[in-house]
Amino acid sequence: MKILIVDDFSTMRRIIKNLLKDLGFTNTVEADDGKSALPILEKGGVDFLVTDWNMPGMTGIELLKAVRTNPDLANLPVLMVTAEAKREQIIMAAQAGVNGYVIKPFTAATLKEKIEKIFERIDG
Amino acid sequence: MMNIDLLSLSRELVAALEKSDDIGADAILDQIAGLRETQLFQELGRLTRQLHDTMVSFSIDAKISEFAEHDIPDAKERLHYVIAMTEQAANQTLTAIENLLPVSEELGSQADALSAKWGRFLDREMPLDEFKALSQEITLHFENSQVSLNQIHSGLTEILMAQGFQDITGQIIRRVIDLVQDLETSMVKLISISGRKSSIAKNLTAVHDELPGPVVPGVDDREGDVASSQVDVDDLLSSLGF
Repeated sequence: MKILIVDDFSTMRRIIKNLLKDLGFTNTVEADDGKSALPILEKGGVDFLVTDWNMPGMTGIELLKAVRTNPDLANLPVLMVTAEAKREQIIMAAQAGVNGYVIKPFTAATLKEKIEKIFERIDG
Repeated sequence: MMNIDLLSLSRELVAALEKSDDIGADAILDQIAGLRETQLFQELGRLTRQLHDTMVSFSIDAKISEFAEHDIPDAKERLHYVIAMTEQAANQTLTAIENLLPVSEELGSQADALSAKWGRFLDREMPLDEFKALSQEITLHFENSQVSLNQIHSGLTEILMAQGFQDITGQIIRRVIDLVQDLETSMVKLISISGRKSSIAKNLTAVHDELPGPVVPGVDDREGDVASSQVDVDDLLSSLGF
């Protein structure tokens, strides 16, 4: 299981990376915005995408839309971890096909719960 | 220039009238009227420009009063929230460390004591009764270690999570910097309009971040259109069939 973590703040990438490691996911790659994330995804081999929304260059929602329109990536599970908390934004992300939405600041338990829920759906 | 033209035309008019040259006099009168019209248009043009500048400076005034009434107090709240968040993160980290240090010290001293006794056992200096007691101590130590290591693990996770403040406060501070830049641009525009050099301000337009960003309590949740907790998000998503 290879997981791509996309966030423009390196501290947040480290936090998510360490939480994932704690959950048993040790194979992670990082990118600091959508633009640098997309080539990594297109190269293949990524099983799960965790992305922030507000990033320079290419935002998380743009990345999500790009993922869903690419036939090779359309089914990739995507978890959004973001400080964006407007209701219309959450709805927008849902409509764009996000699999889970966690708002910052979050707890380790919340992240764990959302990730497990996403995998449960995929497996079931 | 205008007055000199007018003077010479008037002289020509008197001369023409004295010569009873009616056609010539009429032509000169037309010229004088034309001159008056030009003057009128120039004055009208000047007034229009003045009106335009005043209107522009009014709109900048309005923007600046918007800054004063709304944006600056908001920015203050945001910065206060940054202080609160960094304080909370520091306290969370310090509390976790304060809780963990005695745990690791206790583990260490237990290991030291056992290690000394274990050394005596290896050197065959330990009577059987004492060894039986040692075995129990070792069993107890393993049990304690498990509890302590779990405590250390959860404390470290807490410290890890506390570092999330850097992302959130970073985003908030960026927004305040944008606001300060906007304010600066407006001030420069206002100054340049009063100095009638409106070209200076053009290079200073701030780049705007269109996304709403982190919710600052008391600032961004006034309209009731934000999810204030993960529970809110989950409710909203489940109402959408998630």
